[in-house]
Amino acid sequence: MTQTKKTSLTLGPVYYLWDAEKWRDFHFRIADEAPVDRVVIGETICSKRQHFIEPHLAEVVERLESAGKTVILSTLALVTLNRESKQIREMAEVSEHLMEANDLSALAILKDKPHTIGPLVNVYNAPTARLLANRGAKRICLPPELPFTSVKEIVAEFPDIDFEVFAFGRMPLAISARCAHARSKGKIKDNCQFVCREDPDGLPVRTLDRQSFLALNGVQTVSHACQSLLGELDHLVEAGVRSFRLSPQDCDMVAVAKLHRAVLDETVDADAGVAKLRQLYAAAPLANGFHHAKEGAVWVARTRSLQAAWPA
Amino acid sequence: MELICPAGTPAAFHEAVDAGADAVYCGFRDETNARNFPGLNFSRDELREAIAYAKRKGTQTFVALNTFMRAGAEEIWYKGAADAVALGADALILADFGLMAHVAEKYPQQRLHVSVQASASNPDAINFLVDAFTAQRVVLPRTLTIADIARIGKNIRCEMEVFVFGGLCVMAEGRCSLSSYATGKSPNMNGVCSPASHVRYRKDGGELVSELGEFTINRFPAGEAAGYPTLCKGRFDIADSNGYAFEDPVSLDVMGELEALKAAGVKALKIEGRQRGKAYVAEVVSTMKAALNSPPDRRAPLLARLRTMSEGQKTTSGAYEKRWR
Repeated sequence: MTQTKKTSLTLGPVYYLWDAEKWRDFHFRIADEAPVDRVVIGETICSKRQHFIEPHLAEVVERLESAGKTVILSTLALVTLNRESKQIREMAEVSEHLMEANDLSALAILKDKPHTIGPLVNVYNAPTARLLANRGAKRICLPPELPFTSVKEIVAEFPDIDFEVFAFGRMPLAISARCAHARSKGKIKDNCQFVCREDPDGLPVRTLDRQSFLALNGVQTVSHACQSLLGELDHLVEAGVRSFRLSPQDCDMVAVAKLHRAVLDETVDADAGVAKLRQLYAAAPLANGFHHAKEGAVWVARTRSLQAAWPA
Repeated sequence: MELICPAGTPAAFHEAVDAGADAVYCGFRDETNARNFPGLNFSRDELREAIAYAKRKGTQTFVALNTFMRAGAEEIWYKGAADAVALGADALILADFGLMAHVAEKYPQQRLHVSVQASASNPDAINFLVDAFTAQRVVLPRTLTIADIARIGKNIRCEMEVFVFGGLCVMAEGRCSLSSYATGKSPNMNGVCSPASHVRYRKDGGELVSELGEFTINRFPAGEAAGYPTLCKGRFDIADSNGYAFEDPVSLDVMGELEALKAAGVKALKIEGRQRGKAYVAEVVSTMKAALNSPPDRRAPLLARLRTMSEGQKTTSGAYEKRWR
């Protein structure tokens, strides 16, 4: 990896509803200890949750910035209400921070203002990336579903845009107006009593044959398996990807970040890194199927993948 | 309000036109459209013939190119757009920004509709597409209540089309990778959801088990009718309960709300079902056309007939009704 110095790590927004103090302390520790270059913060999944972290937002931003991290403010993944649009517009007007678009409405509001694109915006090809870059996007995190063949095509077209891939975390698979999480606990969205707070790493959805399958996070559905591209970082860097996103799970994310940094710096080799990652986040199996244009739930072993995906 | 009807085959197209559709929507037989199922859709010649037939009867044809362009293979979508324009399509239904930009630039006279797959769910998003690509109509996501639709209608600069009958996505359309997580094939990239190629049924004791890829989607005790294992309509085990976690195997029916939709400013009503046979299309379209042409107090028997045609005969008004959430 000759371009090692130029690679960077982004910590994505916490998708789950954590207790406010836990959320604050998590980011304090990230600020103090994690080798990440930038941190995306702010509620992304459900506007009903926004008030939980508000009291701690300023101190978290300050701590992260004092530690030299770039802070990026997240926006909602699914905007349907007036007050949700208004909140994004106001944030765009007053904020001095970079914002991240996760929905078309934020794209509209952030036009001509420097911003980043989150992994929930559909960027499947270079013409779409070009359009977004022309409107002010500075960094684009490509969707987790995108296979490496597409990543390579897109990145090759725009060497000057900073492309990011979703390298660690349960995959954000779907979002709904309906809250399956609340419904599973006998509530509906409008009287949910924030039952999603009981599941800081998602509520497991198993099949009737007891296979671990998905997890509920409020109106969002995430995968049971945790995406990991730790074994593919070298190919991604070679293809020109410069930034890797780590999506917070309820585990030691400082250690996860250090491990990714170490593999990028080649002080830990990829296979040892993957073995270590399985220990750091034992709650879910690792998967990298999307990267290999296969089922997102599957794991393609490194040596086999090299032969299968890149024949000599 | 216009009635926009599905056609997966030339035969269904003719039936929809004859039954009184104001417009028929269809797609090419490839990955460019979100109903890329075996045996469905149109060759170039079939579309030429269909559009000619529709024009003779005063019916419009909308061509859906509503998957996301595969990186490096954009020509397939560009060719689809070029051919649809040349064949005389009245509108293109698009989801991918890159493709919208291409069409807006190359064919500025062509009417452009925003597919439901684009997930434009609020005025900012919709006006962005109007300003950037001169979109003339948006097909609204099935995540909105009628009150939401009315509010959006007052704040956008294009027409609104809404789904009123047929299949129902529980998840925000165009933003769902559940199918590819289990099968490697997704609506956005491949134009399929829970594809038949990955479906298996097996007997286990007295139960019939439906599987999608490696995952069990449902188990049916003897005597219970087995449904198709669409991922989000499966039965799952969550915490201490098991059941339909996301949605029951129901279909959408908001024909009872015609007046409210009209008052909300909806311009066109859309029927889902390009995968349906011509008999279904003919029956649904003619019944809905009759309902639209009847005064509200005379619609009840027509709507009752419609309900018998729904998937599993169970229907929901989905997100249009706030309690669904």
